[in-house]
Amino acid sequence: MSHHKLEVKDLHYAYPDGHQAVSGISFLIRHGESVGIIGANGAGKSTLLMLIMGVLFPDRGEVCVGDIPVTKKTLPMIRQRLGMVFQDPDDQLFMTTVYDDVAFGPRNYKLDEKEVEKRALHALDLVGITDLKDRAPFKLSGGEKRAAAIATVLSMQPDVLVLDEPTAALDPRSRRRVMGLLQGFEHTKIVTSHDLDMILEICRRTIVLKNGEVTADGPTREILLNPELMESCGLELPLALQNCPVCGTGK
Amino acid sequence: MPNIMDSLYNMRLLDDLARKETFIHNIHPLAKLLTTVVYLAVVVSFGRYEIVSLLPFIFYSVVLFALGDLPVAPILKRVLLAGPFIIGIGILNPCFDRQVMEVGGIAVSRGWATFFSLLLKCVLTVTAALILIATTGVDKLAGALRMLKVPRLFVLQFLLTYRYISVLTEEVARMWRAYSLRAPAQRGIHRSVWGSFAGQLVLRTFERAQHVYQAMCLRGFAGEYHTGGCGGLKAGDLVYLAGWVLFFALARVYNIPMLIGLMVTGVGR
Repeated sequence: MSHHKLEVKDLHYAYPDGHQAVSGISFLIRHGESVGIIGANGAGKSTLLMLIMGVLFPDRGEVCVGDIPVTKKTLPMIRQRLGMVFQDPDDQLFMTTVYDDVAFGPRNYKLDEKEVEKRALHALDLVGITDLKDRAPFKLSGGEKRAAAIATVLSMQPDVLVLDEPTAALDPRSRRRVMGLLQGFEHTKIVTSHDLDMILEICRRTIVLKNGEVTADGPTREILLNPELMESCGLELPLALQNCPVCGTGK
Repeated sequence: MPNIMDSLYNMRLLDDLARKETFIHNIHPLAKLLTTVVYLAVVVSFGRYEIVSLLPFIFYSVVLFALGDLPVAPILKRVLLAGPFIIGIGILNPCFDRQVMEVGGIAVSRGWATFFSLLLKCVLTVTAALILIATTGVDKLAGALRMLKVPRLFVLQFLLTYRYISVLTEEVARMWRAYSLRAPAQRGIHRSVWGSFAGQLVLRTFERAQHVYQAMCLRGFAGEYHTGGCGGLKAGDLVYLAGWVLFFALARVYNIPMLIGLMVTGVGR
C-alpha cells in the first residue's frame, strides 16, 4: 500500500532566530507501523511533527505522504490523511460541546450533516465517551479531554495518527486507558513522548533524535534496552526495565 | 481578581444555558435573531422622554425568561455590567435639561426623564441580546447570520473573538495564580511589574491563539466556520416571529399602559 507510506527525506529546518532545530532527518514509515519518536527536550521532536503536518515548511528536503509531497497546495488533502493530536488537549478543544468539536473536522470537509453525525458518533464510540457528547469540553477531566481530542481527529478518518505526548499529565488509570485505545487502533501511528514505558508497549519501532538528527532507528526493544545509547541521548531506560527499587534486582 | 476562575466559569454560563431544550431554544435561530433585531429597533425608536410607553416591552423579556427556563439573577448581573457606560452617558442630562414636564400628574425634570428613559432602553436592549445568546448559542447565531448573507469575514471575526476571550482570560488566570502565590501579602499586581505582566500576557495569548489556530487548520479549517446546518424555517418559527412583531407594532403605536389605566379607572368613558 504505497499510498499509505510516509517518507521524510533529508529534512532541514532552522527557526527565524537561527536555531537549527532539524538537520538532515530521513526515514520511511510504512502502512500500519507504529513508530515512537523519542529524544531529550529540544531534540527536535515537536519541530519534526510540525514539519510532517505542514504547519512549518522545511528549508531543505521534503515530506511525502504516499507519493504526494507536503506543500501548501497539497495541504487540504494531506491533512485529511494525517490526523494530529496536540500535547495540550485545550488547544484542540474550542467548541461549546464535545460533539461540535468532534464534528468540526468533517464539517470543514463539507460532508453531509448526516455523514458528519455518523462519523462523530463513531469516533466518540471508539474512544468510549459517547455519553459526554453534549458536555462542554472545559468541564471534562484530563483523561476525558485527551479522549475527546483523539476523537476530534478520528472523526476525520485519517490514515496516519500523529500524537504528541499522548500520556502527558494523565493519572495512571487514564494513561492506561489512552494506551489501550491507541493499541486498539489499526492506523499508522507516530507517537512522540518522554513516557518510554508507553513507547515500549505501543510502538514496534523507535526513532531517537538528538540535536535535530536521527541517532538511532530500529526495533523499540533493541533501542530502549541499550543503556549507552539512551544515556548518550539524554534519556534513561524505561522504568519497567530498571532495577527494582525494593530488592535491587533487574527484571 | 482573586475569583477570576469563577468569572471564567460564569462567562461560559450563556453557552451552558444555550444547550437547554425548551420551546424557546427549539425555535429557529434566524427567527429569534430577527425578532431580537426588530425588538431592538422598536425600543430604540422611542422618543427620549418616553418612559411609560416602554414598559410593555418588559413583557417580552419576562415571557422569554419563563419559557426559556433562564435564571434571572445571573443574566441581570450581566446587564448591570453595561450600567456604568449608560450612567456615564446620561448622568449629565439632569444638569443640562432642567425644564419641568408632567408624568402621570407628577412634575419631573426633563433631564431625569431622558436619563431614566435611556437607562430603561439600555436594560431592555442588553437583556434582549443576552436572552438571544442564552437561548440560541453563539455558534447557531453565527449560522443564522450566514443565512442572512452577512459576509463570512464578519461572522468569523465575531466567532473567533468570542472564542479567544476565554483563551485570554485563562492566561490571565494562570499568570495571576503564579504571581499571587509568590506575592502573598500584596493586593493586586505591583506597578513595577505591570509592563512585563502585560507583555507576557500578549505573548502567551498569541502563542495559545496560534496553537488553537493550528489545531483548527489541521482539521481542514480554511476560513469558513461550519457550525452544522440550522435547517429551514418552519411554520411555528414564522408564527413566533410574526406574533412578536405584531405585539411590538401594537406597543409602538398604542400606549398600552395608558389604555389599561383608562380601562381600569373608566376615565375614558
